Amino acid sequence: MGKKQAGTGPLSRRPDNSAFKQQRLPAWSPSLTPQTVLPTFYILSLVCLLLGIWLLITVEYTYELKVDYTDAGTCEQCFNLRKHAIDSSTPCKCTVSFHVPKTFPRVSFQHDVVRLSARCLPQGDVFFYYGLRNFHQNLRRYMDSRDDAQMVGRKNNLKAPSSYCAPFDYDANGKPIAPCGAVANSMFNDSLTVMYNPTDGSKIQVPLYRKGIAWYTDKNVKFRNPPTNNTFSLQQAFEGTTRPLYWQRPVYELDDTDSNNNGFINDDLIVWMREAAFPNFKKLYGVLNRAQGPFTEGLPAGNYTLSINYNFPVEPFRGRKELVISMVTWFGGQNYFLPIAYLVTSGLILVTAVVLTTVFVKVGKKGKNMEE
Amino acid sequence: MDLDTVIYLAIWDSHRPPEEERRVRANDRDYNEKFQYASNCIMTSKYNIITFLAVNLFEQFQEVANTYFLFLLILQLIPQISSLSWFTTIVPLVLVLSITAVKDATDDYFRHKSDNQVNNRQSQVLIGGILQKEKWMNVRVGDIIKLENNQFVAADLLLLSSSEPHGLCYIETAELDGETNMKVRQSLSVTSELGDPNNLAQFDGEVVCEPPNNKLDRFCGTLYWKDCKYPLSNQNMLLRGCVLRNTESCYGLVIFAGPDTKLMQNSGRTKFKRTSIDRLMNTLVLWIFGFLVCMGVILAIGNAVWEKEVGALFQSFLPWDPPVDNFLFSAFLSFWSYVIILNTVVPISLYVSVEVIRLGHSYFINWDRRMFCSRSNTAAEARTTTLNEELGQVEYIFSDKTGTLTQNIMTFNKCSINGHTYGEVMNILGAQQKRVQALDFSAWNPLAARDFCFYDQSLLDAVMEGEPAVHEFFRVLSLCHTVMSEEKSEGELLYKAQSPDEGALVTAARNFGFVFRSRTPGTVTTQELGKAVTYTLLAILDFNNIRKRMSVIVRNPEGRIRLYCKGADTVLFERLHSCNHELMNVTSDHLNEYAGDGLRTLAVAYRDLSEEQWEEWSEHFRGADKATDCRDDRLAAAYEEIEQDMMLLGATAIEDKLQEGVPETIAILSLANIKIWVLTGDKQETAVNIGYSCKMLTDDMTEIFIVNGHTVQSVREELRKARERMLESTRTRDGGKEAEAQGWGGAPPPSLLESISGEFALIISGHSLAHALEADMEREFLETACACRAVICCRVTPLQKALVVELVKRHKKAVTLAIGDGANDVSMIKTAHIGVGISGQEGIQAVLASDYSFSQFRFLQRLLLVHGRWSYLRMCRFLCYFFYKNFAFTMVHFWFGFFCGFSAQTVYDQYFITLYNIVYTSLPVLAMGIFDQDVPEQRSLEYPKLYEPGQLNLLFNKREFFICIAQGIYTSVVLFFIPYGVLSHATQSNGVPLADYQTFAVTTATALVIVVSVQIALDTGYWTAINHFFIWGSLGTYFTILFAMHSSILFNIFPKQFHFLGSAHNTLGQPVVWLTIALATVICIAPVLAFRFLKLDLKPQLSDTVRHTQLVLQKKRKPGGRAGRGVGGSRRSGYAFAHQEGFGELITSGKNMRLSSLALATFASRHSSSWIDTLRRKKHANSPGAQNTPPTGENSTTSPQAPPLSTSSSAAGEAEQQSNEPVLAHSPDEIALSAIRCTVREVGECSTATVQVNIHLKTSSSTNYMQIHHTCKSTCTSIVCYSTLDRALIL
Repeated sequence: MGKKQAGTGPLSRRPDNSAFKQQRLPAWSPSLTPQTVLPTFYILSLVCLLLGIWLLITVEYTYELKVDYTDAGTCEQCFNLRKHAIDSSTPCKCTVSFHVPKTFPRVSFQHDVVRLSARCLPQGDVFFYYGLRNFHQNLRRYMDSRDDAQMVGRKNNLKAPSSYCAPFDYDANGKPIAPCGAVANSMFNDSLTVMYNPTDGSKIQVPLYRKGIAWYTDKNVKFRNPPTNNTFSLQQAFEGTTRPLYWQRPVYELDDTDSNNNGFINDDLIVWMREAAFPNFKKLYGVLNRAQGPFTEGLPAGNYTLSINYNFPVEPFRGRKELVISMVTWFGGQNYFLPIAYLVTSGLILVTAVVLTTVFVKVGKKGKNMEE
Repeated sequence: MDLDTVIYLAIWDSHRPPEEERRVRANDRDYNEKFQYASNCIMTSKYNIITFLAVNLFEQFQEVANTYFLFLLILQLIPQISSLSWFTTIVPLVLVLSITAVKDATDDYFRHKSDNQVNNRQSQVLIGGILQKEKWMNVRVGDIIKLENNQFVAADLLLLSSSEPHGLCYIETAELDGETNMKVRQSLSVTSELGDPNNLAQFDGEVVCEPPNNKLDRFCGTLYWKDCKYPLSNQNMLLRGCVLRNTESCYGLVIFAGPDTKLMQNSGRTKFKRTSIDRLMNTLVLWIFGFLVCMGVILAIGNAVWEKEVGALFQSFLPWDPPVDNFLFSAFLSFWSYVIILNTVVPISLYVSVEVIRLGHSYFINWDRRMFCSRSNTAAEARTTTLNEELGQVEYIFSDKTGTLTQNIMTFNKCSINGHTYGEVMNILGAQQKRVQALDFSAWNPLAARDFCFYDQSLLDAVMEGEPAVHEFFRVLSLCHTVMSEEKSEGELLYKAQSPDEGALVTAARNFGFVFRSRTPGTVTTQELGKAVTYTLLAILDFNNIRKRMSVIVRNPEGRIRLYCKGADTVLFERLHSCNHELMNVTSDHLNEYAGDGLRTLAVAYRDLSEEQWEEWSEHFRGADKATDCRDDRLAAAYEEIEQDMMLLGATAIEDKLQEGVPETIAILSLANIKIWVLTGDKQETAVNIGYSCKMLTDDMTEIFIVNGHTVQSVREELRKARERMLESTRTRDGGKEAEAQGWGGAPPPSLLESISGEFALIISGHSLAHALEADMEREFLETACACRAVICCRVTPLQKALVVELVKRHKKAVTLAIGDGANDVSMIKTAHIGVGISGQEGIQAVLASDYSFSQFRFLQRLLLVHGRWSYLRMCRFLCYFFYKNFAFTMVHFWFGFFCGFSAQTVYDQYFITLYNIVYTSLPVLAMGIFDQDVPEQRSLEYPKLYEPGQLNLLFNKREFFICIAQGIYTSVVLFFIPYGVLSHATQSNGVPLADYQTFAVTTATALVIVVSVQIALDTGYWTAINHFFIWGSLGTYFTILFAMHSSILFNIFPKQFHFLGSAHNTLGQPVVWLTIALATVICIAPVLAFRFLKLDLKPQLSDTVRHTQLVLQKKRKPGGRAGRGVGGSRRSGYAFAHQEGFGELITSGKNMRLSSLALATFASRHSSSWIDTLRRKKHANSPGAQNTPPTGENSTTSPQAPPLSTSSSAAGEAEQQSNEPVLAHSPDEIALSAIRCTVREVGECSTATVQVNIHLKTSSSTNYMQIHHTCKSTCTSIVCYSTLDRALIL
């Protein structure tokens, strides 16, 4: 009985008695009960609270300094120079002084907890960023205006930039531009030098690592130079191409201090080519070299001078330029948003949990209407 | 035909104009060709191989959504606009189109197959004087074809001649109008003389008749032949779909063929059915389009402003594209770009996912073992896959009667003779008088029919003892009828009755020793208790609808003249001799009792006539018979004259056997708030009887209105009265609640309707319905009918069935379901939102036209309450989630627009956009849409109220939609702004800023996938292994694909396409990113969780409660409207006459005497497959021991005695095997309980149940008492059951 008879027979068309076909698959059917929901809310609230506190303490430890040099100090003159025409040929230098009130990174702490957590932080790394405001790297056509195949060093792409680069694909003479596109063309080309002015009146240039500031994958995979060898120089490899319109130097001469940092694998270029998601952004410029002098512990407090080769025009798009000096913790630079968001969330969840509990105890119908 | 028409016809060559009249000349194809009548080929398919692709694509692009996506695709090819790669649209679009195309092709293939099967049936056509085999499709108008016995009629034919005398032939029109009794058709006498093929080949008559129409019961035409005119009527027509019976062969002239036949004209248009969810979905999609355009406009305006204020200044870095010369044009392009980006709010995969889910549900229906009928070896079948969720919203069921509710088997069940009732096996005190085996008649009566069952020994004893009243009673039954007999060999009698109930009566008489053996026009020969007696048949006073009785006047061998009469009690009792008063009262009580059981009753009487009386009357009668004017009236008067002063003998009760489980199903369905209307071609009395026996009508009902008027005024009046009565009754019942009573006129509150004033029933006949369905009265009719608990429409034509359904559909905005088994139900099945065909019967038209088919009416409860409910629930949950996830996904772009200069930059990687809907999030929601269950299936049958949310459309409506959308938008806000807030300042731990676009894209996408996965996990109420696999698998797939897409391998091959190189590693390695994702998830989900909890806590749905208390067996179940039968039954006539008048005349005239006078043996052998055999087969199938349903006491007691098991393995399985009744038992109690149900259902009475309960109660706790009690109540109609139960409980 009950067995399906094979082939013919009176029950031959009887459907299989499998759990799947009869919709009797073993299953877990969870349902929301006060016993599960209410504790979940309290636990969530607690977890968020703890995370929030921990993050807040960590952030408290970090320090960030911004120096807006758009038209500050002597730069006003350069600012005005760049205002009207994008006159790339005329160099303009200016300086801005600023004060670092506390040593980077701070070392004195009030609380033991912080001291404890500070111990596992990287010691003394100070990062220098250039920040741009109101510069839209995230415009669709801007972002598309690049040729990744060209920048990976493919020979045929080098001479035949993608049509997406238009109008920055060929110059007026019909020469292909390398690297092509609006992104590369608008590369940030101020050079920044920071001088430390100790109280003794001397001037010490703050040493920066200008390399190793890009993603590993970008530097090693995404951006490659066209193949060269001992006899075939980089310049020869770029033969037949021209520099982007707004650039002062061709791509193979971007770094005059290190020939290995030229071409598409130039760190500054790579950093610039990683487009920012929002119109206000900062990009890494360099990392403090703590090998010597007063900088072994970090950036000492005191007066500094920032001298700029002022090339990048921001006036046309009402932008601002700034130097950002920051230090990082295990979860990055100074960022108050996350801890505060966690604390607020924790509070809201706690309120919800209390409301839910009240409702459940006072007016809940659960169980009362089983009779209905 | 006037000249104009001729010209008209001549001009219109290719397209047929509407015919005004039809001219057909026999045997003249050339002549008939001119008119371009439709051929007999039937085409229901839509495509052929060559046109398939073009036609199907054309059809598919008529879908707004598909055209829209095509439009998007074209937009994406414009580089200035294209914000996404073309493949983000084309991949899903091609997928959708091809899946639909495959489905359409499969459907059409089966249509081709069934068309071919019908079109290739063979028929014999007379061509050039020779009979040739032709396929049906090649039969033309004007051909003469030959039909043989038991063949289907191939087209609408004019009967020319027949092998039977007088050009008679018999047809069964079950396929056409559902009436199973045979009908007689007669050819014109001039043509019937033609006889053989040679003469017919010379026949060149011309028929001029009405154009094709759908009226089954009338035909109007003239035959012109040899300069003579002969009027033609429906009596001369054989319609396609009929089956020739009891007629060796006949010839007919094809008048209407193929699509012009009345059958096809009646089948209505094939309409593409859409569910209400479909319609809602289309509306919503339109709204979403509107929303999309709004978003596009907002963003375009933003773009205009931005380009003017900022972009113009930014031109040195990024000049406008060549065609763009100002910000307005840029904004215009930006609008289209955003239309492309935001198009994912109308997900293309929506439609395909919906189809997949419905397909899954259809398979579950096909696979359901509990909808499998082992008797006919048919499983349920979902023939269309697009309507499943509508099964969960049905409010009105329109049911056919014959073959759907009933089996169309009549059995002689009880009788009352001389004030004594027989057939009731238990006496009132409920003594342990056990059900005995069916009486064995064959021992003493060699002529007894073997498949006749009767259980009451006392009746047999009475016959043996020779009680004169009993003898006379059966003598009436054996003499007073129009049955024809046929004796293959000695003692093997076959009765051919025009109506099955007459057959049942004669068979009963036969088994009790009064065997009707044969008849001639003037005699009836019977065998009374072994002794052959021949009565002289003096007159048959035939039956008709008004008389509601028939009589015969016979002279017995002794020469005494007697009138025997049987008829409706109401009619008969008026004509009894006054000395019968006391007997009449007793019999009347019995009749009420029988009628209360839903039995069809007839009263039986006789009258002794003296020779003088007879002479006088027969003189009178002959005068009336010969009268030319008002013959019918004068005959009726003559009959009336003699049918007086009769002596009552008793009454018979015939059971019109219901399909299994019909009353239970109807009870459960009405508990689920589904209204059931019976639409039948049968007579009013029969229909009402069935209404009672299947518990649609009860004696508890306040009032049953019968609308039977023949004129517009009278129908209107009757309807108005009915409404007034209802209002009145409502007022009187709850006098104080005046407010409610007033509110009832306009939109009566449903509670009022159901509880108080709902206990009304409306019975309306076909001719009244014709008036009631007219435009000015339909609202009135509908209002009245909908206020009633039960509605029965009788004598309705197939088209009227469809009209009624259409009416409700149009005005009630409710989902309708039509269920039927015959071709006469096709139009109704096609009209209703959902059509259900009963399969396993002879005809398959209903099944072919239906959306679902199964073989038993009772499966309907499972189809609706389990499958329908689940489908609806799943579809709603699916849609809610689907809209939610797409809004959450898409609206992020909107927020990002404000930061990227409205430049239509996407937030996500384009591959993510392509794959999000079809890979990352499709399977978990599909699994939920296919497998989710809120409560187990048993519970939905136990709590029919769970069905209500579907009817009220609570789970997915515009409000729910907006909630989903709001939730989606909220999620998108969180998903954009939390990462924005965090990442715009954050750096990696090595100092590299995280604010680059690619990191942001990866973070947001990951957060999105995680949030929607958590959401689906919350929504999934039934986690099978498949759900687990899909949910975890989707997450896994997301990360796998993410890392693969961002790998250096792909980048090295296609650097332009896969420029997200390394983003996954760099981003997902950062703790801050994970903290962001976690925060976003918590913020998105916590409010949802809180709201759900509040809802559950404050306003729990019934399903929540049921789910919560799933393990607690509900102890108290309200019996609903299924109270036991009242003691005093209402007085009504439940008389049993299913046939039409006219047979008596045929018999006396001897026209149909051929059967008895010609060689019987040859005839019998030809008729081996006649309907009587079918009947016998069915009876065999039902009878104990014949197959697998032994309802005897000893067998059915085995199940409760089986060892208690916690699962439904062996014991329950046994029960299932025995009764074909689904048993799902988790405890010995339930096993026992189900055993009771099965047994009761099989046996139809309660004595066995009594035994069961006694056994059962020993093992079960008393908590289940109520449930058993309830089961008993619902299945048994006897009071004995209660008392036994009560006693058992006391023990």
